Amino acid sequence: MLSQDLLTVLPELVLGCLAMALLMLGVFQGERHTPRVMLLSVVALGIVLVILALAPRGSGTAFGGLFVTDRFSDFMKALVLIASAVAIVMSLRFFEQARSLRFEYPVLMLFATLGMLMMISADDLIALYLALELQSLSLYVIAAFRRDTLRSTEAGLKYFVLGALSSGMLLYGASMIYGFAGTTGFADLARVLAQSTQGGALPSTGIVVGLVFLLAGLAFKVSAVPFHMWTPDVYEGAPTPVTAFFASAPKVAAMALFVRVMTGPFADLTVQWTQIVVFVSIASMVLGAFAAIVQTNIKRLMAYSSIGHVGYALIGLAAGTQEGIRGLTFYMAIYVVMNLGTFACILCMRQKEVMVERIEDLKGLSKTNPMLALAMLIFMFSMAGIPPMAGFLAKFYVFMAAINAQLYALAVIGVLSSVVGAYYYLRIVKYMYFDEPADTFDRPIGRELAVILAGTSLIILFFFVVPGPLLSGASAAAAALFPG
Amino acid sequence: MNNLPILSLVTFLPLVGALFILGIRGEAEVVARNARWAALWTSLVTFALSLFLWFGFERGTAAFQFVERAEWLPQYNISYHMGVDGISVLFILLSTLLTPICVLASWEAIRTRVKEYMIAFLVLETMMVGMFAALDFVVFYMFFEGVLIPMFLIIGVWGGPRRVYAAFKFFLYTLAGSVLLLLALLAMYIDAGTTDIPTMLSHGFPAGMQIWLWLALFASFAVKVPMWPVHTWLPDAHVEAPTAGSVILAGVLLKMGAYGFLRFSLPMLPEASAFFTPFVFTLSIIAVIYTSLVALAQEDMKKLIAYSSVAHMGFVTLGIFTVTQQGLEGALYQMLSHGIVSAALFLVVGVVYDRLHTREISRYGGLVERMPNYALTFMIFMLASVGLPGTSGFVGEFLVLVGAFQTNTWVALLAASAMVLGAAYMLYLYRRVIFGALTKDDLRSLLDMNRREIAVFAPLIVLVLWMGVYPMPFLDVLSASVSNLITNYHGALAAADTPTVTTAAGLW
Repeated sequence: MLSQDLLTVLPELVLGCLAMALLMLGVFQGERHTPRVMLLSVVALGIVLVILALAPRGSGTAFGGLFVTDRFSDFMKALVLIASAVAIVMSLRFFEQARSLRFEYPVLMLFATLGMLMMISADDLIALYLALELQSLSLYVIAAFRRDTLRSTEAGLKYFVLGALSSGMLLYGASMIYGFAGTTGFADLARVLAQSTQGGALPSTGIVVGLVFLLAGLAFKVSAVPFHMWTPDVYEGAPTPVTAFFASAPKVAAMALFVRVMTGPFADLTVQWTQIVVFVSIASMVLGAFAAIVQTNIKRLMAYSSIGHVGYALIGLAAGTQEGIRGLTFYMAIYVVMNLGTFACILCMRQKEVMVERIEDLKGLSKTNPMLALAMLIFMFSMAGIPPMAGFLAKFYVFMAAINAQLYALAVIGVLSSVVGAYYYLRIVKYMYFDEPADTFDRPIGRELAVILAGTSLIILFFFVVPGPLLSGASAAAAALFPG
Repeated sequence: MNNLPILSLVTFLPLVGALFILGIRGEAEVVARNARWAALWTSLVTFALSLFLWFGFERGTAAFQFVERAEWLPQYNISYHMGVDGISVLFILLSTLLTPICVLASWEAIRTRVKEYMIAFLVLETMMVGMFAALDFVVFYMFFEGVLIPMFLIIGVWGGPRRVYAAFKFFLYTLAGSVLLLLALLAMYIDAGTTDIPTMLSHGFPAGMQIWLWLALFASFAVKVPMWPVHTWLPDAHVEAPTAGSVILAGVLLKMGAYGFLRFSLPMLPEASAFFTPFVFTLSIIAVIYTSLVALAQEDMKKLIAYSSVAHMGFVTLGIFTVTQQGLEGALYQMLSHGIVSAALFLVVGVVYDRLHTREISRYGGLVERMPNYALTFMIFMLASVGLPGTSGFVGEFLVLVGAFQTNTWVALLAASAMVLGAAYMLYLYRRVIFGALTKDDLRSLLDMNRREIAVFAPLIVLVLWMGVYPMPFLDVLSASVSNLITNYHGALAAADTPTVTTAAGLW
């Protein structure tokens, strides 16, 4: 029985062991070996990805229903692992140049990733909370990783205080639910709630209040409006590769958690949570679109852009159907790719050994560095959802789910806010292509960044040629959440 | 030959050329020259290939021809499906004809970032041709929206002083319309279970849904046409775009909206189209009269021609919604004719703009003394735009008016009277630019058109006169598809619940 359980959690187990081994390596080998630790941490993520892909495991639960694996968790975990690995690769040169390369960084990234994997597989409110905290605590430290700079420390502290608040809300909601339902296991909760709402009866108020608190905590983690306030500050203050990481992997994990909690234990309370999710989704899309217009710092802009994208992805959840979850899963996959690509571009914004972050610094990039500008152009049009870029297909599927679920108002507001959003993405294109160059960026940009840039931009540009595999993956993932 | 995927070749060949140009390296001067030649040859070969469509197209049938089909998203019933019928085939030819002309017209006018410019034009050509050839709604939409990216860059990078404003306005206006089209597309997909256009044509959407779908489609196509009052992006975009950009805008991009009406609104949503016909008539009449008056007051040549485009496209929408054989054929003919004539007029403006770098009408006068060939060219296109018998403009407008007369006499009366206004502003423009005394010093040294410029205009003059004198070869291509559309339209209306239509008519 135990061996079966251990087999189920094999990827997490391996990642945990490797992370601790790397920690030991770092501690005993000293600072000289940090690049090696960095490299090995990427290898570790790769190993886990291989295990995830190869190990013949169907869906199953472990440790008495604390932990679940299925196609959905596999898909999301693969995304998280890839995003984390790419984020680590991107950060190597950055921290080397900032002279703050420390072995704790990759180790913390690994622990955060471990937390995310466990979040995705959590099947119990307690497991959920523990996984979330493992992830969050690592992220707080990473956000403040450049402790010699004011902004980074400020970002870390802000993130910690607000994150702790949201964790508290989540825990409070979980305890309410436990109090009124008598269980924390997702499967048991689903059974209890199905019984109590049988024949159209309303669920008890305590459960609904608990659900609202739980939703608030989750909305904070995915940085959806109205719990988004930390995002711009943290994104701006954290070191750029860390921001790239924040905007990709933890988003995917938190979104996966959001989906699992809503479609699993609270499947019978769909009426109650759908209206909240619809509101959160609309508010995120609209705020993401309008607030980004006035930004001058590109990392802040990306923060608002990510708030907007979360809104679009949540359309899929608001639909509450298998099709909607498929759209959401697919959206997150595309989002991660274009987000990593964009941040790779931002990491190239370096003038005379100093990182620059103003949007204006991109002026005339198409003349000084045409290929970088072209990649950024592809990402911007993709984020705006213009075909034939992959971002269009991502939006296509979430809106299809919304129309099918007859959420017409949500769909109309969504597409109209995407027009507003297009404005600020175009503004970046305008700076790069329409304006005269002021200053050039340092070259070369580094081989690993060039590879990431080329890879992500080609994926985004030519994704429409063979969208099949990823779509079927997303379909299978969504189907796993809707048995029967 | 028959197995050759002509449509895909015509669509994607420019893209191959663009990739080739992307790979050109070396000295700036050499790169620019090679990019120009590569773009010219690519577009010429594409045009030559597209001639297969003209000669191989079987007249007298409404079926889709040159059909290609490949699986794309089989689990969603969305496939890569290409094909042409009488309505679309001529627009593909128009696109492939205008692209080499645009490349030639920009030969000397574009000096900065030539490589990127040529790439943008070739990508644009792919998008345009693909849009007209697509027989799947999703494929159509991808091309339809994809056009925005190269056009945004063309206006924004190589445009005039207010290019940034114009590029943003163009992009956001069109995008705002297009996203509603996307929602309508999704709703239609969910109702019909497929995005295959031939299947959707015979699907028959529920009447209650049609009204909303029609409005969403209208939001997109009306902006593209452009119809009054959503035409305001057009004068800005035209004025700021480089000459070749204006040519493509006027020649092909404006046709995309009208094509959308013909391909989607009318045949797929016949009841809603019948319901909204008076609405479209009203907007078209306002467009024709109002924009003609506005054109009369313009001081900028390009702006004047831009407003005349809105007026001419008003005739097109009018003709489409008469749903008569003459009206529809006239609308299609007018679209083709306008595609050539307004494109040529922008090129005409481009010729003097390249020499003096101003488009202000008052800066010119008496050009006939120094540039007789130019004056002649200008005159031919000016008269074609007015609709003089013997030019292509006449055939289209005449047929539209015949169609309108059968439907509603008042509409025909108002539209016909607007033709007088059309003659007024064009003749007034011609008088101010070409005739009068040659008093300005810098005009005395102007040179007449060179060989390259003559090569640009010669094919267009031939086409304008050919289409004006002997329109049958073109109408033969159209007529079977048009009569099929009309039969289906009236069939659908007759089969529809009579209460919906009558209550709909009662609402007006």
